[in-house]
Amino acid sequence: MLLSRRSALTSAAVAATLPLVRPARAQKPKLKIGVLNDMSGPYANTGGATSVVCTKQALEDFGVATRDMDVEVIAADHQNKPDLAVSIARQWFDRDGVDMLLDVPTSSVALALQSVVREKNKVFLNSGAASSALTGEQCSPNFVHWTYDTFMLAKSTGGAMVKAGGDSWYFVTADYAFGKQLQGDTSTLVKAAGGKVLGAAQYPFPGTTDFSSFLVQAQASGAKVLGLANAGGDTVNCIKQANEFGLNNSMKVAALLMFISDVHALGLDVAHGLNLTESFYWDMNERTRAFTKRVLPKTPTNYPNMDHAGCYSATLHYLKACADMGIAEAKKDGVATVNRMKAMPVEDDCFGTSKIREDGRNLVTSYLFEVKKPSESKGPWDYYKLVATTPGDEAFRPMADGHCGFIKA
Amino acid sequence: MFGFSRAQSIAFVLMVALIALCPFVLYPVFLMRVLTAALFACSFNLMIGYVGLLSFGQAAFFGMGSYVAAWTMKAWHVDASIAIAVGGLTGAALGLVLGFLAIRRSGIYFAMITLALAQMVYFFCLEAPFTGGEDGIQQVPRGHLFGFLDLSNDMTMYWVTAGVFLAGFLLVHRIIHSPFGQVLKGIRENEPRATSLGYRTDDYKLIAFVLSCTIAGIAGGTKALVFGIATLTDVHSSTSGEIVLTTLLGGLGTVFGPAVGALVVTSMENYLAQFGAWVTVTQGVIFMVCVLAFRRGIVGEIASYLKISL
Repeated sequence: MLLSRRSALTSAAVAATLPLVRPARAQKPKLKIGVLNDMSGPYANTGGATSVVCTKQALEDFGVATRDMDVEVIAADHQNKPDLAVSIARQWFDRDGVDMLLDVPTSSVALALQSVVREKNKVFLNSGAASSALTGEQCSPNFVHWTYDTFMLAKSTGGAMVKAGGDSWYFVTADYAFGKQLQGDTSTLVKAAGGKVLGAAQYPFPGTTDFSSFLVQAQASGAKVLGLANAGGDTVNCIKQANEFGLNNSMKVAALLMFISDVHALGLDVAHGLNLTESFYWDMNERTRAFTKRVLPKTPTNYPNMDHAGCYSATLHYLKACADMGIAEAKKDGVATVNRMKAMPVEDDCFGTSKIREDGRNLVTSYLFEVKKPSESKGPWDYYKLVATTPGDEAFRPMADGHCGFIKA
Repeated sequence: MFGFSRAQSIAFVLMVALIALCPFVLYPVFLMRVLTAALFACSFNLMIGYVGLLSFGQAAFFGMGSYVAAWTMKAWHVDASIAIAVGGLTGAALGLVLGFLAIRRSGIYFAMITLALAQMVYFFCLEAPFTGGEDGIQQVPRGHLFGFLDLSNDMTMYWVTAGVFLAGFLLVHRIIHSPFGQVLKGIRENEPRATSLGYRTDDYKLIAFVLSCTIAGIAGGTKALVFGIATLTDVHSSTSGEIVLTTLLGGLGTVFGPAVGALVVTSMENYLAQFGAWVTVTQGVIFMVCVLAFRRGIVGEIASYLKISL
């Protein structure tokens, strides 16, 4: 056989690339995690890039590199648009082989993805969205709600504050479904704990920026606690204006949905005395501090809040479950993976121990915090002092009240 | 065919070929998003490009079409064609009422009135019990078309969406190139002169407005079926703004411009999503470059370079 120069060169080239190709072929079984959240909008600090950092931290802490598995994390910005999120998620599942969907703040987006994940039989671990409908009427066997929900916020802030002496409430409420639901849930729990609700001012949503008349009404009511049944920019505006009116001297202000990132944005001068609920605080104990110390170099300007910690904890537990049942099995069946996760106790640095209920609710302990005065704060992000603790099995809505469909089946 | 010039015929064939081939290369759900956005942009282009009415409230018709179609589908499990038609009718009905008020003014006043009315629609959608507030209508079934085509298959849904888009596209083209369309362009160029020629310009503008809203409603209804959701995003004023951007980028007053614009904007949203915060920044920069450097939009510039009308 004659060997032409060209074929000789070709075979030499092929031979040279062979060693490069080989390790790629002998692949470990691979899991793919898709973090889908808001990276440019109003929730960019509560979720955003720090969620991705915490997810990757979970891979490191689980020791993925030393095990017989490979995990890839990809991320995208859903811009709080449900249709965009559905389109990205479907593409991730169909084309990119994503096995687990993570974070996803904004309730409408999370609810929209619920049915996609179920249809594709993948795993959906939600840390960022608030709606308790996710484990209620719109629940799914492929889903775990990790960090918090509207009911738990109402229970912790409403119930625990009454016990701490704040037994008469006045609400300033955004006049739409979410605001009304928060107000309704909290009122029920305040009354159940022996407190009373003196009244509520509902303001038009969206578009209200001047809350002075509502705040004056609240002050005139003589209630001990001002409940802010709203979210995001409205809460921030209410707190600023309450501070200007000196309301935080005469009554306690309770924000029903707020993260440490929001407190940071407001500053302690304005936010001090505020009461709020989170299920994670970086300075809670040795383990949370150790966790924060590990992730902080990668997100130096944004300390982890409960949403971020939820991403870490959820990923870690997911990886444990996958390793336990075998990667191939886990990739094949989302429901089985979630069931395995439910069967195993959750244990990590951020939330300590908890367990996942049958309907997909992770029963974490929730903490009621009060924001420190500037003089009490000793270092960067030293913002909270603990007021009350609600154990996980009390903090969430009883399963029977959720009317989750697949539980009966 | 449909009053296409030669260049337009070639472009149309090219577009149909792309629509037919793309789902085998690109992801069909993404393409359906492009197609519904393109149809929506076509409806907007009919108004701004050919009647000269800049509506800042186009999302109201799109979103309402989407809500009503989704609700009809979910509550009554009707045929997909009925749901889409109901979406279109919703757009038409809403357009008739809002248009009746809005077309009495032109220019910035028209824009502001449409914006204000659209905000009212947004508020209605936020508060009305059937829309599910900020959670939207979820888990809308795709159902069947004409009783036998199962739309839960992505490819079937894609061909239906493509059909709806092409029908809408041809309808817009037909409207523009009819005698009625000539009058519209006359009104755009010089309304007092059109009046002096004996045309009741208000009636013409209202009809064009309603037609545009109908198509927007159909686009909204189709989108609700594709994604199985109808949410506040679709009625929000930012959607109205985005569609202005889309149409400007593609080429105002060109037949193919809105489709190209929709392709570019949706692709950016979709493929830049993994770069986090950069989507909106990139969109802003591209919009500025477009307005500063090539004001006729992508298709407009190509057409003027080749000295043809597209």
